Amino acid sequence: MTDAVAIPRPAGQAVRLAGATLVATVLAFALIGPMIVPGDPYAQSLMQALGAPDATAPLGHDHLGRSIFHRLAHALRLSPVIAIAAVLTAGGAGLVLGTLAAARGGWIDRILTILADALLALPGLLLVLIVLAIVPGTALGFWAGLSLVLWVEFFRLTRAATRDTLASPAVEASRLLGFGPVYVFRTHIWPEIAPMMLTAAAFGTATAIMAIAALGFVHVGMRAPTPELGLMMVELLPYWREAPLALLSPVVATFVLLLGLTLLAGSRET
Amino acid sequence: MKTLITRGIQAVMVAVLIGAATFAMMRSLPGDAAYRIAAGRYGYDNVNTAAADAVREELGLGGPALPAFLNWLGDLARLDFGTSLVTGNPVIAEIGHQLGASLALAAVAVLLSLLIGPPLGILAGLRPGGVLDRALLIVSTGLKAVPQFLMALILILVLSVQLKLLPAAGHGEARHFILPALALALGLAAVNARIARDAMARVGAMPYYAFAQWKGLSRRQTLMRHGLRNVSVPLLTYLGLQFVTLVEGVVVVEAVFGWPGIGHALVHAIFSRDVPMVQGTALVLGLSFVVINAVIDLVTQRIDPRRAA
Repeated sequence: MTDAVAIPRPAGQAVRLAGATLVATVLAFALIGPMIVPGDPYAQSLMQALGAPDATAPLGHDHLGRSIFHRLAHALRLSPVIAIAAVLTAGGAGLVLGTLAAARGGWIDRILTILADALLALPGLLLVLIVLAIVPGTALGFWAGLSLVLWVEFFRLTRAATRDTLASPAVEASRLLGFGPVYVFRTHIWPEIAPMMLTAAAFGTATAIMAIAALGFVHVGMRAPTPELGLMMVELLPYWREAPLALLSPVVATFVLLLGLTLLAGSRET
Repeated sequence: MKTLITRGIQAVMVAVLIGAATFAMMRSLPGDAAYRIAAGRYGYDNVNTAAADAVREELGLGGPALPAFLNWLGDLARLDFGTSLVTGNPVIAEIGHQLGASLALAAVAVLLSLLIGPPLGILAGLRPGGVLDRALLIVSTGLKAVPQFLMALILILVLSVQLKLLPAAGHGEARHFILPALALALGLAAVNARIARDAMARVGAMPYYAFAQWKGLSRRQTLMRHGLRNVSVPLLTYLGLQFVTLVEGVVVVEAVFGWPGIGHALVHAIFSRDVPMVQGTALVLGLSFVVINAVIDLVTQRIDPRRAA
């Protein structure tokens, strides 16, 4: 979940495009799918338990006769929404604190860096688990916990890049010409860190989706009737022989989504 | 020396952060924490209002949050982790019991990943752009997109359910190691291999590397004398940082395979809101990250003296 500050190399445009296409395909399925074939992800019908695909449930039924198509679509909305909310919060916090640390230096910089280093030593899943136990509401807890984990990466990237930029002759010239900090940020710092932010955001989203699915899979994440990727997998695992398609659909969807995000992020040693 | 001081500060901060997080967890628990702690200390049959009051008085639980928090950190500083709220045993004993199983699993996984990843990466890095290099890029990108629990799931389905080669769960025999260790190792190897490949390609393009070959050393001698040592530095550094990924993987993979280790214990402790256990396991995991990275700092300085300066 965390690593050293590695300046990302420019990824091949084709690879990024492929990643974006994969992510867009999965999200399009999640958003448009239930509009084309309306249905309820919670409606049970034990007569159809593990039933084959039909017109109302294009991907078959799970062990309680619920439509896998609709459960999958809902799961593929839930995880990305939490993940993107957490990444936006973490990205905002990391950007502000990172710029602040680089621009001010001194004690602010030292305290923030020590805090970030300490958080770096803690496994992200552990923090998310502890926050989940404190914050009421699982989705809210995931958002808070993941934001707490993910801001460190944004902070470190922003701080490293901003420090280099602030020391450059270009910024010095701007300052001598009398431009204020807002102008310096907009014209010098932001163009420098924007591409890194995109990479970090894609990685962060992938990390968040993995964390939600992993905790769901070991029964400490989302609670039972909620359609969630990891939870769906662990529910359908015992019925692998009877209904392989039922288990494969969340597995494939998760893999495609994560692969898309990894490709979108571009190459970087993580 | 400076690196050790930095790591020391990091270790203290880790302890304070975990103390704060678990304190918040304790405060947010439903019910009266004093009764829970009293039950943990004296046994469930001996809990009464007097005992709970005594605990509340001693720990300052009834009072404002700040003194109670300082008290909590004081216990931590004296290495008094308390007793598990569930089993009633001292937390230290419980962790000592589970740490061995986790360490064994993690060590096997790291070894396995080092056997798979870096050799492939170095071979690919010797010929950047070659067939092996491109194949490795595709495979490792694919593997990186598979979270550890999904890898565990796939391995169980393929190797133990379909082919019936290996047991899906269990602990004690050597063959029980294979699936959980492999689930962890493949993800680590995907990253190891890329790092080894990049480092090797960088070293291979250096003038001194070309010179070693011009002066008549064979490819093999060049690699042994001038390549491996330089490749090992970034590899070791990343191995230290990967420890966090490894720990996360251990937590999930242990829960999936029912491995009686610290990750399994942590998930259970979270589940039953056993705060002292959560605190103890979190501390052990966080501090071992700091210790391992401090050791790796020292080792890399030994391998590459330029870093010490």
